Amino acid sequence: MSKEMKAHNTNKRLHNVHLLKAGEYYLQGSQACIEGAIMAGCRVYGGYPITPASEIMEYASRRLPQVGGRFIQMEDEIASASLLIGASWGGAKALTATSSPGFSLMQEAISIAIMSETPMVIIDVQRPGPGQGYITASQEDVMQARWGHHGEGSIIALAPSSVQEMFDMTIEAFNLSEQWRTPVLVMAEEPVAHMRERLLIPPWNEIEIIERKKPQDLGIMPEDYLPWGHDIVAPMANWGEGYSVNFVGLVHLEDGNITKYSPQMHYDCIERLLRKIEGNVNEIARIETEFLEGCKNLVICYGCVARTALEAVIEARQEGGLDVGYVRLTTLWPFPHEKLRDIVGNVNTIFVPEMNLGMMKHPITEALRDRSEKIVSIPSLGVLHSPEYILSKIYEEIR
Amino acid sequence: MSRINRYEIRIAGFGGQGVVTIGKILGEAFTLYEGKNSVNTQSYGPESRGGACKSEVVVSDGEIRYPNVRKADVLIALSQVALDAYMADLKEGGILLLDPHSIKHMPDRHRYQVYEVPTMEIAYDVGGVRFQNSVALGALYPLIADIINESSLLRAISENVPAETVEINIEAFKRGMSHVKRDEGT
Repeated sequence: MSKEMKAHNTNKRLHNVHLLKAGEYYLQGSQACIEGAIMAGCRVYGGYPITPASEIMEYASRRLPQVGGRFIQMEDEIASASLLIGASWGGAKALTATSSPGFSLMQEAISIAIMSETPMVIIDVQRPGPGQGYITASQEDVMQARWGHHGEGSIIALAPSSVQEMFDMTIEAFNLSEQWRTPVLVMAEEPVAHMRERLLIPPWNEIEIIERKKPQDLGIMPEDYLPWGHDIVAPMANWGEGYSVNFVGLVHLEDGNITKYSPQMHYDCIERLLRKIEGNVNEIARIETEFLEGCKNLVICYGCVARTALEAVIEARQEGGLDVGYVRLTTLWPFPHEKLRDIVGNVNTIFVPEMNLGMMKHPITEALRDRSEKIVSIPSLGVLHSPEYILSKIYEEIR
Repeated sequence: MSRINRYEIRIAGFGGQGVVTIGKILGEAFTLYEGKNSVNTQSYGPESRGGACKSEVVVSDGEIRYPNVRKADVLIALSQVALDAYMADLKEGGILLLDPHSIKHMPDRHRYQVYEVPTMEIAYDVGGVRFQNSVALGALYPLIADIINESSLLRAISENVPAETVEINIEAFKRGMSHVKRDEGT
């Protein structure tokens, strides 16, 4: 986007506007994700406030009504996530935001949404746990994102690291949820949600928006419609459009029938849920890299820690003369196992800085065990690593 | 204007002194009106309610990766608690702007460029304690004039304060500015 774009201050002018005009803004991540959601076509927000995610809800309460949307304060997080399911089947794109304790409560609805293949987006501004933990920065929900819901099935989870990405990835989250008919998680952290930075908003008609495939678009008549069939991602008929949809949370056949149970129909139903996400991991998941060519050591990171890690990597190269490469997982789940193996050659040491005690180190180890001699966790709890801290750990190992 | 690789400003005081607002105004001025990159972060939660509250702005003509202060180029300290908490992170020779009426223990003048501005007193004179942050911002401006224009700051102030207080805030800014300019002249 051109640098000459007009600068817009949003503090006063947001009243009586609909979509933000293309241009430069100076916004918090918490505001940017709502603007992204609105751009993506989200018109329903149901939520319950919790630190450090409350700013998202506050801003949504102002913006959703301005664009003809609905903002509803729910009684708790279980209701908030359940509301998304109903709104989505009613044809709306729906969003909620929460923080870790609230995210735990949402797992039941996430599980139902995976089973019922309901597009919806949840932003989790993670905070430390367990219990009430604390209210500062954390990446302690990255495993809950994948494994928190009961039962099989997979999930899509993205990890933004800037205000711009809070905007871009919320749009991407809605697109992925519509394309794959599945809940999508945006795994943010306090620094990214609260910081202010430049946000470039492109013209609305230049933003790619993906809508769910509907049976009427494919020429499927109501009498022939299988709400859970036709393709690996079934076309989705919204309620009230003349198609009969038996909404089910039980193991079901392609027509929604739950009474003709057999082990085979059970397997087919659930295996497809997993395959639709994991089988398309190379299309869904993205990785960013720097300085990979011939590097002997590697830092693998995600979220706002990636900003610190890249700073440390550049200093280790420039000042320490060390041959360190950088990999950032922009998608956490489905985990890009093959992509990672494609880009990472044999290295000595892999460093994994995370704001937890080494959670994503597990799938990274599973993918790259034979490619490195050592995989070292660089943990931090409650606070973003400083570049000095990451550097000191790198020097400790390889100097 | 000079090009900057990385310039770090930290504003600290008690919650309620408007330190978060100064950070936002500075960040917006640098980013939207000067075309530089800036990241504005702030303390929040328990430590920002009544205790030492801080706001940070990191400015660069290049990409800003680590969003927080590493070694501050500027520290504005509006309380003793804030000075005690954050002075260790100020660069040797960095700019230390403080309100002498709020500070009991003066820092070593040989290690930092110390500017004493009675921000509270000037604010009362202009119209009330709530203009203290604009006085401090005005006092900061001549010290960073090589990287930002006065017009950008004034525009950011007028966009971020209630419409009815724009004039008084700009008056407070000018008074802070002339205080530092006068000191520098003598």
